[in-house]
Amino acid sequence: MQTSKAHITHIVLFAILAVALGALAICGLLTGTTELPLGDVWDALIGRTTDVGTQTIVLKMRMPKVLVAIAAGAALSASGLQMQTLFRNPLAGPYVLGINSGASLGVALFTLAMPMLGVGTASWFMSFGITGMAWIGSAAILMLVMWLSRKIKNINTILIIGMMLGSAISAIVGILQYMGTEESLKAFIVWTMGSLGTVTTEQLYILIPVVIVGMMLAIVAIKPLDVLLLGESYARTMGINIKLTRLVIFLSTTLLAGTITAFCGPIGFIGLAMPHLARMTFRTASHRVLMPATMLWGAVSMLLCSLMCDIVARSGVMLPVNTITSLLGVPIIIYVVIRNRNRQ
Amino acid sequence: MIELRNITLAFGHRTLITESSTLFERGNLIALLGRNGTGKSTLLRAMAALGRVTAGSIAIDGEDIEDIAAATLARKIAFVNTERVDVEALSVHDLVAIGRAPYTDWMGRIGTDDEAVIERSMEIAGIASMRDRRVDTLSDGECQRVMIARALAQDTPAILLDEPTSFLDLPNRYELCTLLRRLAHEEHKCVIFSTHELDIALSLADSIALVDTPHLKHMPTQSMVQSGNIERLFDSEHVTFDAATGSIRLKR
Repeated sequence: MQTSKAHITHIVLFAILAVALGALAICGLLTGTTELPLGDVWDALIGRTTDVGTQTIVLKMRMPKVLVAIAAGAALSASGLQMQTLFRNPLAGPYVLGINSGASLGVALFTLAMPMLGVGTASWFMSFGITGMAWIGSAAILMLVMWLSRKIKNINTILIIGMMLGSAISAIVGILQYMGTEESLKAFIVWTMGSLGTVTTEQLYILIPVVIVGMMLAIVAIKPLDVLLLGESYARTMGINIKLTRLVIFLSTTLLAGTITAFCGPIGFIGLAMPHLARMTFRTASHRVLMPATMLWGAVSMLLCSLMCDIVARSGVMLPVNTITSLLGVPIIIYVVIRNRNRQ
Repeated sequence: MIELRNITLAFGHRTLITESSTLFERGNLIALLGRNGTGKSTLLRAMAALGRVTAGSIAIDGEDIEDIAAATLARKIAFVNTERVDVEALSVHDLVAIGRAPYTDWMGRIGTDDEAVIERSMEIAGIASMRDRRVDTLSDGECQRVMIARALAQDTPAILLDEPTSFLDLPNRYELCTLLRRLAHEEHKCVIFSTHELDIALSLADSIALVDTPHLKHMPTQSMVQSGNIERLFDSEHVTFDAATGSIRLKR
């Protein structure tokens, strides 16, 4: 039990974030290259409109994008928080175990190597292939890291293995890029820039349930994560099963970060920065509060980034969402690092 | 409470302790002494099930430690190491509350009973006034007390501490060891701590466990002083142990 004052602060903060989430989601539905009044959007949402154009824009384009933004922000942030606590490292994020490089290898193999083999490049085949290969790539890397780390006691060794594997894979991807055709190179680069808008309504039926399972695993990990704040030795003497906990956390991260990366491309800095933002605003290290707070912050920030992209897009400039998340996330991380150093 | 049954202990390929047996009882403060690298930490970690013995066995209340489930053992033995915990945004109260993990539900919710134990633990360790402070703002002495309060919140009959005094100044070392002595005598716990502070160990501990490579010798403090073991072990070119005063002095 926290002191009741802190408890009230938390409730107020959760309420503010929830309102912000709702408001930004509505803004997301209203913003786009086509001007639509609030009334029309509402009618389309509750199925009262007869205008097929409006219906398509609201239900098939804007609604999925808003949902993907919420899912992506919450998922990446939740896995970032788990990685930071597990590795006891404030600069750990969803990608420290090499998930992004695994995914990029999958995509590189698909977009760059497939044309070399002379396989067709129909658009549906490309879209499914990219997502599938990205997921397989990230899952494969994570399994490799887990297999290499099964005998390793020191958690930082695993961190180093993950980072080194990532570098090695980047080199392979570099070779593939060098050998790829101009067209296939473009498809790969577009994927690396990240996008929330390419996910179709059908793909949402896969993305949302998988992300929910990942979040349920993250919630199961709340108590072990709290104990892991003190390190693995303490956790073991307090009865935590380290191997099982690592497995749950790694699985959760693959399902969350791996899936989002597969569908939207690698989205930088959200997963790294949001746990810090949650800690700073909620002033707690308890994962019972921090986990939902981080997810909410992630969803809100991702919606904001998506909205900024949309607003810029009205002037005809299409910015990849990755540029906005980096511009938003990097200052937060620099602030955290400077603040932590100054205190010591 | 903790029984070493003919244990052999190794660190990697190096054997540290061979075929040693003894019994550590509740209500006693036991100081674990020995030169650097003789296996004090390895022994403590083995007793906390963080490491294993190469031969023999360790029994807790008569049961082999290898057969005790981690969750059950967490209610019998608490462990405090030298590592400094620097966690952002973690309050003293919340850190001590983590010690309740063996008793809380799957979400780690703290109930009123747990809260009472946490309050009492902070009270005993003398840190009740710091409850809302962030752990990364504590001094080394304060931090060590907080970690002891966490071990108390774990509510175990035995507490093992690996060099709890190492980063503390002299008054704080005595303060801390007096606190450990009180835990042993007033809370009837089995408290074992490793240390290099001969003076403190001899003046406060009820018994001394001495790593006299390759054996572990355990006897009441007074007998240990008179046994001549300490002189032999801590004697070097420049210093010697004076059994009459119970302290180390320079040779002239």
